[in-house]
Amino acid sequence: MNKKQKKMLVRILVSAALIIVLKWIPAEGLLRFALYMIPYIIIGYDVLKKAWKGICNRQMFDENFLMAIATIGAIAVALYEGSASAAALGISGENDYTEAIAVMLFYQIGEFFQSYAVGKSRRNISELMDIRPDYANIEKDGELEQVDPDEVEIGTIIVVKPGEKVPIDGTIIEGNTSLNTSALTGESLPREAGVDDEVISGCINLSGLIKIRTTKEFGESTVSKILDLVENAGSKKSKSENFISKFARYYTPAVCYGALALAVLPPLVRWLFMGLSPMWPVYIYRALTFLVISCPCALVISIPLSFFAGIGGASNQGVLVKGSSYLEALSEAKYVVFDKTGTMTQGVFEVNGVYENTIPKEDVIEMAAYVESFSTHPISKSLLKAYGKEVDKNRIHDVQEISGHGVIAKVDEKSVAAGNEKLMKQIGVAFKPCDKIGTVVHVAIDQQYVGQIVISDILKPHAKEAISSLKRNGVKKTVMLTGDTKVVANQVAKELGIDEVYSELLPADKVSIVEQLLEKKGKKEKLAFVGDGINDAPVLSRADIGIAMGALGSDAAIESADIVLMDDDPLKISKAIKISRKCLRIVYQNIFFAIGIKLICLVLGALGIANMWLAIFADVGVMVIAVLNAIRALFVKKL
Amino acid sequence: MKKAYKIEVDCANCANKMEEAAKKTAGVKDATVNFMALKMHVEFEEGVDHKAVMKEVLANCKKVEDDCEIFF
Repeated sequence: MNKKQKKMLVRILVSAALIIVLKWIPAEGLLRFALYMIPYIIIGYDVLKKAWKGICNRQMFDENFLMAIATIGAIAVALYEGSASAAALGISGENDYTEAIAVMLFYQIGEFFQSYAVGKSRRNISELMDIRPDYANIEKDGELEQVDPDEVEIGTIIVVKPGEKVPIDGTIIEGNTSLNTSALTGESLPREAGVDDEVISGCINLSGLIKIRTTKEFGESTVSKILDLVENAGSKKSKSENFISKFARYYTPAVCYGALALAVLPPLVRWLFMGLSPMWPVYIYRALTFLVISCPCALVISIPLSFFAGIGGASNQGVLVKGSSYLEALSEAKYVVFDKTGTMTQGVFEVNGVYENTIPKEDVIEMAAYVESFSTHPISKSLLKAYGKEVDKNRIHDVQEISGHGVIAKVDEKSVAAGNEKLMKQIGVAFKPCDKIGTVVHVAIDQQYVGQIVISDILKPHAKEAISSLKRNGVKKTVMLTGDTKVVANQVAKELGIDEVYSELLPADKVSIVEQLLEKKGKKEKLAFVGDGINDAPVLSRADIGIAMGALGSDAAIESADIVLMDDDPLKISKAIKISRKCLRIVYQNIFFAIGIKLICLVLGALGIANMWLAIFADVGVMVIAVLNAIRALFVKKL
Repeated sequence: MKKAYKIEVDCANCANKMEEAAKKTAGVKDATVNFMALKMHVEFEEGVDHKAVMKEVLANCKKVEDDCEIFF
């Protein structure tokens, strides 16, 4: 609790105690009035002051004005009821000062609770995002010195002890350790890191002491970028939020005029046209009840709070959302378009198998690895990886690389050819066609065919689960775009259960296909594009929602996407959608609940069924319930 | 030119009103108030003195909501 809140709590307790004490004091007339004014002033002086200032600044239609008018009005009615004419109407005049004070008291309790709850959830959310490092250790004359991370220059060597946060992005130059990246990715398994590995700021060093050479300034480091992104997430407001602020702008004046009409019109009609007694106090009382009910606070507070909690909960799970408008759009996502490489597959080529071999499989791979060892092509890298041993380059001679075909070289005086079908045809070797999916390397030794190696991109472990989870969560259509060949694309799509595939695309084609899809979809349906953010920035920005994944440490992705998945697990896509749905469900619940209860109470108040006490519930009670409901959006771990 | 300022305000509706007031201030191109993060993002027009404009913004905000503060 801060100072303001403590002061408010004291005021609430003192005035509540005074009301109870005053019940036992038998005072009459003016003395009674004066005594009851003490708790009223204690609890309400700031509201009265604000209302007065509002009138001076011609900004009168706010809740302070409503409360001031309602309570002063209630006191006036109570005073009037002291006279004999009111007694004839059968309204008990005894407690009515209490009612005015109670209205003010409950209003302040509501405000107090609201300020406490908002402050609390603000703290909760920032605790979730508590990745900001406070210091960096620099070694000076053999001793460690703690400095402000902002002051550390690029290339400085910093020391991170076990249990400390990595303050700045860099490369490990000494030591081995495991890093806890859960604050960044939501992934609970620690990551092993050793010399020459890049480390990202915000990770927690778990086991060993490491020395890091920084590669970025603090302000450019991952942790600063993420914090910046989350803290500024609110600048893009969602439709719901805009609806509420617009609603509040018209609603409050409308209710004030409504109250005025309620106070004046029915008595006049009764008096002039029906010849009845005007019953002024009854209708003024109803109008005041009307004013108390009308306060728009529950709505205005709970909607941004729900979004804030939703964004906070999502970032705790490694899903960064750049604004509530994107969270809202994501909840309406009906079409999800994927990039293949790097999104559904790992983007790393691996040897899948060796087929049709006439010599042992290991030998086929060894020969292929040797002839390809001078190439830097991803295919040759995967061959070397599959071979797994050092290549003795002295054994290789006369390397001849034929572009678009393959390589021919002499290994231990044997002529080895490794390449595609075209190469085999060119050197006149009878090869066996391959029925497997992927890139095929045929190998021939001394004009004898010895076998084929199939290399393919491997699917991410959760790719299939991710697609079926999207389907379960109401996504109508999944589409995959790829620059890869039709055969490979269709095979991957079939394996994953993707509905539609577009293959052999250039980057520009991806944009036009997304545009076609955007045109076809319904108005309320949103299209999300998921990519790795490296070369699909135009598509990311063209789609309704651009999702970049595996973005840890990739600035380009963080900048071009609307939603950033910190690790590269495709399951996070459906998780993000589930989080957004939960958040929006809460937002709608709050909108309907708050407006609904208010409207019902307004009608009851106008008819004279609702009294001030129900009015208080409609104001404070609804607000409390809406705030508690909003905080639920924070809990998304188990979704 | 965009800048972010820390603000202090008690209720969400007041934050909305501050946003409106800031938007209407001369020299301000656009402004958003994030009540939850207690931040005001102001986009200034070209070539204006930020401090002078922010003084005006604060004065205008005080008019609509007496109980607010902007730190600049």
